[in-house]
Amino acid sequence: MTGLEPFHLDYAPAPESTDVVHLRASYGLFIDGRFAPARSGDVFTTLNPATEEPLASVAEAGDADVDAAVAAARRAFDGWAARPGRERSKLLYRVARQLQERAREFAVLETMDGGKPIKESRDVDVPLAAAHFFHYAGWADKLEYAFPGRTAAPLGVAAQVIPWNFPLLMAAWKIAPALATGNTVVLKPAETTPLTALLFAEVLAEADLPPGVVNIVTGGPAAGAALVAHPGVDKVAFTGSTEVGKQIQRSIAGTGKALSLELGGKAANIVFEDAALDQAVEGVVNGIYFNQGHVCCAGSRLLVQESIAALLLEKLKDRLSTLRVGDPLDKNTDLGAINSRAQLDKITELVAAGVDEGGELYQPPCELPARGYWFPPTILTGVTQSHRVAREEIFGPVLSVLTFRTADEAVAKANNTRYGLSAGVWTDKGSKILWMASRLKAGVVWANTYNRFDPASPFGGFKESGFGREGGIHGLASYVQLGAAGGG
Amino acid sequence: MGGPGVTGVDVAPPDVPVPTGPVPTGPVSTGPVGAATAGWVRAGPVDAVGLEARAAALASRSLKRQSKLAVLELAVRCTDFTTLEGTDTPGRIVQLCAKARRPDPGDATIPPVAAVCVYPELVPTAVSEVAGSGVRVASVAGTFPAGLGPLSARLEEIRWVVAQGADEVDIVLNRSAFLAGRHGRAFDEIAESKAAAGRARLKVILETGELGSYDQVRRASALAMAAGADFIKTSTGKIPAAATLPVALCMAEAVREHHRATGAAVGLKVAGGIRTAKQAWQYLVVVAETLGPAWMTPERFRLGASSLLNDLLLQIRKERSGRYPSPDDVTND
Repeated sequence: MTGLEPFHLDYAPAPESTDVVHLRASYGLFIDGRFAPARSGDVFTTLNPATEEPLASVAEAGDADVDAAVAAARRAFDGWAARPGRERSKLLYRVARQLQERAREFAVLETMDGGKPIKESRDVDVPLAAAHFFHYAGWADKLEYAFPGRTAAPLGVAAQVIPWNFPLLMAAWKIAPALATGNTVVLKPAETTPLTALLFAEVLAEADLPPGVVNIVTGGPAAGAALVAHPGVDKVAFTGSTEVGKQIQRSIAGTGKALSLELGGKAANIVFEDAALDQAVEGVVNGIYFNQGHVCCAGSRLLVQESIAALLLEKLKDRLSTLRVGDPLDKNTDLGAINSRAQLDKITELVAAGVDEGGELYQPPCELPARGYWFPPTILTGVTQSHRVAREEIFGPVLSVLTFRTADEAVAKANNTRYGLSAGVWTDKGSKILWMASRLKAGVVWANTYNRFDPASPFGGFKESGFGREGGIHGLASYVQLGAAGGG
Repeated sequence: MGGPGVTGVDVAPPDVPVPTGPVPTGPVSTGPVGAATAGWVRAGPVDAVGLEARAAALASRSLKRQSKLAVLELAVRCTDFTTLEGTDTPGRIVQLCAKARRPDPGDATIPPVAAVCVYPELVPTAVSEVAGSGVRVASVAGTFPAGLGPLSARLEEIRWVVAQGADEVDIVLNRSAFLAGRHGRAFDEIAESKAAAGRARLKVILETGELGSYDQVRRASALAMAAGADFIKTSTGKIPAAATLPVALCMAEAVREHHRATGAAVGLKVAGGIRTAKQAWQYLVVVAETLGPAWMTPERFRLGASSLLNDLLLQIRKERSGRYPSPDDVTND
């Protein structure tokens, strides 16, 4: 009879085919409904971070290009704002359906350009992007119900600068509410992940969106700064680091531009001793290792009640040994590539600082590919509130573990940060969830789950995590000027 | 609440739940039947949303050729090939056993199944039919499937099937006692059944479809393991609500916790409604990623099924040949 020899389940490579993506050698700027090279002729190269292979050369927008994009948005504004809401709605629904139609193409391209696992781009990024367009398509002709008794006028030209962690999804979060409310847009995607935004431009053109309503300018920080500073811009929406957010706020002070900022985070994920521990472990893993921890609302500080800390950590370490790190295009991959060399260096530096300060490092044995940017799933235990890794956003797959004794202490520690974007609470007791949620200074508090997003739910921060909300009815408010309803 | 002894809940009021606190660290007394040596382990709670999300994530794992083939062959080796019908005859058991020994007459490389699972009366036939093949004989007992006959009759039935040569005995948890909060009673009955089974391996069916919540599944799992179960099993196959992936995951987590706390490795059997190879490998994925390689063996994992075996054989042929075989390529007994 069979003995007890262990059977190692080896999934074997299950790569998603890239046939669906038709990469072009070079990509231009999308201005006034047309693709064109930068006036300077400058280009930059976007890489696949999992292989370090170049994917395409992309136009580097200069001041003149930004100027042209803002001018195109300005020209398109009056016509777009004057369209009946149901007409804007119809176009947004068309965009949403096209995103669904071409979901695989978007998912594969997102994974190639950004390094995130295909299962995430396939199951999270692209479906949620489409869902945001569906949601705001529904609002476009119902604005009078969103703001009863008030008029809601568009602001004008919105300058939107988005990060590299959820390239298409962040574009959707920004563009959908802006268009639904009658604004026109100049979007600047992140330098390392421009491709899905440019593919999205094709979708917009195919949907017969009027030229100039959405313009996409690619480039580095200089292009972003030029866009934000442009005098023809009425509204600035930025998602990214707190440092850059502060610069933006300083640069537009006194200009009258409206501003919404979605910045960094250092969220506490709080596990009580009465929680469903096996599910809490999953939630902790999802909270910090989702998208390699490149998530502003990542649960990067685990606060665990001391009575179960040892048990929970043991379970967590066991679970880490089953995480699959590697080829992001493999359907079984849990952790993909770090987005860029610069980000990898930053993560490496902060983890070294954590160890220097006395944190104890745990990384499961895992084989990392020879080429590309990789960082194994990491736990730092013995972290205190004063350590850098408990205070600074790492934006990588690194979990800092702290303990607490009472609910009061958990709240005090959770709130003791410059940030306030999100928090997680794990307990089987409903009253404790409500008690915690009313005391945590965070824009989103997840209970017995983490990193769950819905277009109907507002998202945004307290303190240095920013202001303004995206998603739901609240997300409309960031793009309208409210007035007294006159004459009905 | 402190850690009660093995039969500690016996003295507690009937509504006292199985403790959910940490593992008791002190020595654990053996109960009156002397069978169980383990204490209670932390038994929940379970978050249904998170559990089901994790099960769905595991179900979406992608298995390719060689690894899929290896998993399908393992599934055959882990099958408890089952017939539990009132119409079962010695002739039917002879056919079942022939297929259990050599599932694919045209392919000697296909391994035999783990066991045949039959009603008590058919045990002697099964024992002689599988003799020397390595296939074991499992019998349901203990007034299966309700398990509400007199305890003395249930224990006698267990002793009888073992005396007839059964290697394994599948009994049911006393859901009447468990759902009434009489956990001590349910516990003691399992402990006594374990003693009655002697050298035979005891599988305890929780009939999870009747327990009402994952919290209860987790509690019943902890109770059965602490009482001495060698395997915990999802379902009888006699009610429509059979094994599901989240239930299997919930029980696998309980097995993992029991092992962590006591060092004892209890097996897991899923049964009821498992008809396709894809279902089988999804269960194996849950086991692999929850309990690890050491559980990927018929000694610690079983699939209770009847029609599943043919789908496994068809899928193995397909993976080997690269083309879809005809259903007539496999035998229908």
